[in-house]
Amino acid sequence: MSTVKTEYKKIDECIYSSVLLNGLKVTVIPKKDFNSFYAVLAVDYGGAKRKFKLDGKTVTTPAGVAHYLEHKMFDMPDGDNALTTLTNNGADPNAFTSGDMTAYYFQCTEKFEENLRLLLRFVTTPYFTEETVDKERGIIAQEILMGEDNPGIAIYYNLLRLLYDHHPVRDRVAGTVKSIEKITAQTLYDCHRAFYRPANMALCVEGNVDVDEIVRIAEEEVHGERGSAPEANYGKDEGVLPVKTYKKAVMPVSAPQFLIGSKFIPEPSGIPLLRQDLVSSLAMRLLVGQSSPFYTRLYKSGLLNRDFDYEVDFTAQTGTVIIGGESCDPEKVLEEYKAELERVSREGFDEKSFELAKRASLGARLRGLEDFENVCIAVVSGAFDGYKALDSMELSTQITKEECEAFVRENLTADRLAISVIDSGDKK
Amino acid sequence: MEIYRTEITDGVSLTYLRSYKFKTACMSVSLLTQLSRETAAMNALIPFVLRRGTMRYPDMDAISAKLDELYGTAIEPIVRRFGEIQTVGFYASFPEGDFLPGYKSVLNETAELMGQLLLAPNTKGGLLLPEYVDSEREKMLDAIRSVVNDKRSYAVKRCLEEMCCYEDFAVGRYGGEDECDNIRYKTLTRQYREILKTSPIEIFYCGRDHREDVVQALKDAFFSLPRGEINYDIGTDVRMNAVEDTPRYAEDRMNVTQGKLVMGFRLGQSMEEPDFAALNVFNCVFGSGSSSKLFMNVREKLSLCYYASSALNTHKGLLIVSSGIDFDKFDQTRDEIFKQLEEVKNGNFTEDEFASAKAGVVSELRSYMDVPSALESFYLAQTLRGLDYGPMEMAEMADEVTREQVQAIAGCVECDMIYFLRNGEDEDDVDSED
Repeated sequence: MSTVKTEYKKIDECIYSSVLLNGLKVTVIPKKDFNSFYAVLAVDYGGAKRKFKLDGKTVTTPAGVAHYLEHKMFDMPDGDNALTTLTNNGADPNAFTSGDMTAYYFQCTEKFEENLRLLLRFVTTPYFTEETVDKERGIIAQEILMGEDNPGIAIYYNLLRLLYDHHPVRDRVAGTVKSIEKITAQTLYDCHRAFYRPANMALCVEGNVDVDEIVRIAEEEVHGERGSAPEANYGKDEGVLPVKTYKKAVMPVSAPQFLIGSKFIPEPSGIPLLRQDLVSSLAMRLLVGQSSPFYTRLYKSGLLNRDFDYEVDFTAQTGTVIIGGESCDPEKVLEEYKAELERVSREGFDEKSFELAKRASLGARLRGLEDFENVCIAVVSGAFDGYKALDSMELSTQITKEECEAFVRENLTADRLAISVIDSGDKK
Repeated sequence: MEIYRTEITDGVSLTYLRSYKFKTACMSVSLLTQLSRETAAMNALIPFVLRRGTMRYPDMDAISAKLDELYGTAIEPIVRRFGEIQTVGFYASFPEGDFLPGYKSVLNETAELMGQLLLAPNTKGGLLLPEYVDSEREKMLDAIRSVVNDKRSYAVKRCLEEMCCYEDFAVGRYGGEDECDNIRYKTLTRQYREILKTSPIEIFYCGRDHREDVVQALKDAFFSLPRGEINYDIGTDVRMNAVEDTPRYAEDRMNVTQGKLVMGFRLGQSMEEPDFAALNVFNCVFGSGSSSKLFMNVREKLSLCYYASSALNTHKGLLIVSSGIDFDKFDQTRDEIFKQLEEVKNGNFTEDEFASAKAGVVSELRSYMDVPSALESFYLAQTLRGLDYGPMEMAEMADEVTREQVQAIAGCVECDMIYFLRNGEDEDDVDSED
């Protein structure tokens, strides 16, 4: 086992990567002049991995297990809570669960080594009792209910349900108050054993640290045999057309909120996936970004306001393009979007705009590098998908206009679009 | 990190921070004004209208194209409220020349564009364009109304409105909805000219460029700034005590599945000569972070809620506790929050809890040094408080805070308003249908 150094001269960054004998992927980004340290230990396991094969048997778990597990991982066998211990050390610890990842992380300025050891230890030490698992149910139920009052969450899952017929990304990561009822300590132990294996995890550390020291600490704290985690089964191929194309819900909101989405088939992994990520983001910047004719025209006409954004999401072998925000007339925005997609498919992007968009995305990427959390999460996500996140800096300069146009032409056709709307139900 | 303060021109001060750590520089320009119902909405709208077009870059397409050309430099309107001081202006973040093709700094062009946005708007007959004013007013109204979409912030806003109903603070940072609705281009132009002439202006820079180059770039960019008699007489009225003997109560009803309980407190006598480091440590012991009394008891021990946390407004002297609960847990949660405050007052917190609170405050302050935007808002807040020390110094002070100081602050805190957002029809709405 050896540590590989990759230098990114243009952006003055240097990263060190290593794979431990037990399979844990370790990435270190030394930062000399910073007070802050950041560390994330991520597991290639999230809310969408509900059905899988374990010991030869097909296991189906209720929605919300990965998230429930995240909540309970902080309990230690000695009765301590790792969250409290980290906080007592002045660290700012937290965790999140997405469709395909569970990440535990902290930021601190003191006692980094102690905190890192604790992070590695608590994530790899399952300790659950029926009593503590039961007690958490109320807290998670409140979290789920809070989401139900959140138009952003409601509109998002309504869209995914229009787009996906059975793929588990269509369900909330946290599950429902009902689905979490069935979760027991044993469920959590089983899922931990299946997925929290060193070879299914990645560590990324950024800050004023010594590379060899980090690797040594990881070797000392993360035990367990090499061995891969079960493959998740997401069901049969979803195809590229939406199940339904329109859903409206009523909630107390100040103005209609909307998301327009479409799905596409993502590259499986590695550089092709990273490249597709970069191409699709640049295509969307050109299509609907702040400087695009689409956005400026709709903004001026009053159809859109500042609350407008776009996103290309890759989760659990799905690819989804989403635009959305607030509008007095979401259906009209959909119409305009369709017309713009058709125009771009026909005419392509303007040469000068393309060069400007590339310039602008360089600055945006540099800005992204300032944020340790942003960088470290991108690194572990890349580690699971088989690429080095920082390769995106160089790769993004190679993206061509033709690639962006092809992405739009092939993936963003009118028949693929679905729209999710929430309004207050008032007749104006 | 080199720090330096200077006056660029009459009433325009620069806080300059030299740092080689970052790949992106930042620069902000803030006009300082007194928060009042009459002017808050107009002041807030001004940078948004200015951002629509300048003499040289007449519309948003031209501005966006220029920003893209400057490698994705971002210049956005920024409107803040520090107590009863409203600040309006622009915040720019731009890539350092060291990482750009040709290693060329975009400082001069960014400063110039900032100057243009502030001083040379696209006008007709000397007046802001009605088209831009009308369009941005509608978008501002959308923004003001959209607070309701996030029930947690909505509940906090409503609590503050009720609690400070006799104070200017009740006016949000964007001003009131009715006042915003009434804005027209002529009055807005007048107000724009007025604040340009009379507001003290604070500029902040953090990045790699030399001090002389930054000062020169700003002098060039702001040379045409009209200056009249500068109004330095701005500040915040800190009310020391609760309005009535027992906390007032207000509620709203809405179609929600989770209740939001917000409790507003006055910091009382601890605002006489406020010790900001100690206030922050107190807040951490009581309700901020996962080792706080509120988190450990209201959430972890009693499972009453998904969140219960406190936040300070040290400019206005407020402590706000906010919590998401089941509707029938109102009494129990409220009582538990009072009980935990009492515990802090009586010194019933462990050495560990205290050390943890201090470590949390120290760590957060130290981490500001790694985030340009955090430095920007820290230094602006310090300037408005009349203080000049940095985050590292404040971190040292936090480390020196004693248990007695924390208990004393808890003893000064007075509950003034209890607000509850609950389910069901709003009675006012029912009445209005008659």
